[in-house]
Amino acid sequence: MMAVYTERPQGSRAERLTSFSLDDIAVPTGREEEWRFTPVTRLAPLFEPAHHPDAVTMDVSLAPEVEAEVVPTTDPRLGKAGKPGDRTAVAAWNATQQAVVVTIPEGVAASEVTTLDVRALTSDPEVVQILVHAKPHSQAVVVLDHHGVGTVNETVEMVVEDHADLTVVAVQDWDDGAIHASSHRSVLGEGARLKHVVVTFGGDVVRVTPDASFLAEDGNVEMVGLYFADAGQHLEHRLFVDHSQPNCVSRVTYKGALQGAGAHAVWVGDVLIQAAATGTDTYELNRNLVLTKGARADSVPNLEIETGEIEGAGHASATGRFDDEQLYYLMSRGITEPEARRLVVHGFFAELLSDIDIPEVKERLLASIEEELEHSMTAMTSGGK
Amino acid sequence: MTTLTIADLQVGVATKDGHKEILRGVDLTVNSGETHAIMGPNGSGKSTLASALAGHPKFEVTGGSVTLDGEDVLAMTVDERARAGMFLAMQYPVEVPGVSVANFLRTAKTAVAGSAPPLRTWGREVKDAMERLRIDDAFSQRSVNEGFSGGEKKRHEILQLELLKPRIAILDETDSGLDVDALRVVSEGVNRAQAATDVGVILITHYTRILQYIKPDFVHVIIEGKMVDEGGPELADRLEAEGYDRYFA
Ligand SMILES: Nc1ncnc2c1ncn2[C@@H]1O[C@H](COP(=O)(O)OP(=O)(O)OP(=O)(O)O)[C@@H](O)[C@H]1O
Ligand SMILES: [Mg+2]
Repeated sequence: MMAVYTERPQGSRAERLTSFSLDDIAVPTGREEEWRFTPVTRLAPLFEPAHHPDAVTMDVSLAPEVEAEVVPTTDPRLGKAGKPGDRTAVAAWNATQQAVVVTIPEGVAASEVTTLDVRALTSDPEVVQILVHAKPHSQAVVVLDHHGVGTVNETVEMVVEDHADLTVVAVQDWDDGAIHASSHRSVLGEGARLKHVVVTFGGDVVRVTPDASFLAEDGNVEMVGLYFADAGQHLEHRLFVDHSQPNCVSRVTYKGALQGAGAHAVWVGDVLIQAAATGTDTYELNRNLVLTKGARADSVPNLEIETGEIEGAGHASATGRFDDEQLYYLMSRGITEPEARRLVVHGFFAELLSDIDIPEVKERLLASIEEELEHSMTAMTSGGK
Repeated sequence: MTTLTIADLQVGVATKDGHKEILRGVDLTVNSGETHAIMGPNGSGKSTLASALAGHPKFEVTGGSVTLDGEDVLAMTVDERARAGMFLAMQYPVEVPGVSVANFLRTAKTAVAGSAPPLRTWGREVKDAMERLRIDDAFSQRSVNEGFSGGEKKRHEILQLELLKPRIAILDETDSGLDVDALRVVSEGVNRAQAATDVGVILITHYTRILQYIKPDFVHVIIEGKMVDEGGPELADRLEAEGYDRYFA
């Protein structure tokens, strides 16, 4: 049985300050709980609201049933999916002058994937704000893609109304040199379902902070993440699932591979089950596969439970080195070392990939994993093992 | 006709107290079609011999030679040895999560054969071999060795022996942990492989039971890292009756 908190512990997520006002959330020093794994100096360009409209373009390819519009930040639909919870998020909110709103109309099932393709053209700091609004009983898949060498601070709001079924896939496929923070904030209505997929391969420093919260009963959020950190890359994912309503389900599965000197992955999964959230069913898992020496993974699951009347709550976190015995076994059957490594890494991600049942996205992922493995082969053969 | 020649092989491991010698000069010659049983007490170095032949990185070869038709096996990487025709059915096969048996078998076959097996015949071949070894169809979609029972792992090793068609196969206690029926099924698999490809077999075992199914041409006794005796099948019976005491006199 998990500890049930009657008084909130120090550093509780329930006590964390959230605000739309820049004055409320200070520039971090790196010593704060939510910044302690982050190289804050490298992320510093995103701590102040900066805006260079020519730095980023966005191509939108819509499913025929889905609508998109550009709106001023005064649009009343914005700001309904929770408030910024850290300095980059509040800086992004205050720098934005317009937002892209994607709407899936009520009762409509989108027949195709909708894609928002964000491309950085220069490395000047720029903000991006997106709202994906799934109206009641709608159904859609929205893919958000990121490329280029940008310095991009982003807000992604997801409003999933009653009985809507929304899948959002965010792919961070930045080029070397990119710096990126993205606050993903979602709210789910009654019986709503959100599948939230984060894929992070590229960029020097990437920090994605997905939040999920519930407005009514029977919501279901599934958060899936896959990342591959190379030498010198800092890839950070901080999740927060706030169970404030009864009978909601959350599942979090993040898996990452790391290779090369200074490759750093951070995963923090906060789950809060509030006193009112009876019947909650939650499980979170993070696994890291460290392929070479010199790479580091930090993995911190946090479960705070304020009611004893839950369906289930659990978490698991494991970081393992690449298993040389597996390599030996495969090679003893004639399989070359690069091929054997490829098999083991694909094997590591296999279950997660089978969870991502969107063919277009899956193919992209497989190709990206291949590309990462090419890197590691080059590193190995040039003596970087 | 293939010949594996092991001459004065010395092998040890690095421990925190320095190098530990395990094999102290092993000699053994195995020709195509022959079956050599190797018997010896626990810890005598049987698995070390098998692993050193396969090229496990843990073991350090400090002397002697291993050649396959004159080719220097010790100079080859693990995968090169397999492609040269060596095969080790391991005492403790390794689990590889997320890699399906079907994918693994195809990849291994492609590697040892040098090209992908023809789609049409390969599926059939795998299916038939699995059926003969009483391995359920469902195993092709399971992860390699993951959650397999001890006996299932052993049968999966012999499945690979049949499909990969090596020239020399080392079976490290393939009979351990098998029930009566599985022992027969697995032995038949080895005999089939030998009949089909004339594979030379090194059979490491503690028990004569498997030797009732797989007839050895030679029985060797290994004690403390050295071959100390050699004979025909009758030697195995004598070992079973008397144990290894007389070699420690
Ligand atoms: N990494 C190691 N460090 C220290 N000693 C080792 C190591 N690996 C093997 N040995 C020792 O080498 C000896 C030979 O081991 P090996 O596994 O070859 O024996 P075996 O003949 O196969 O025994 P069994 O019949 O129990 O399978 C044993 O005493 C074992 O403890
Ligand atoms: Mg052994």
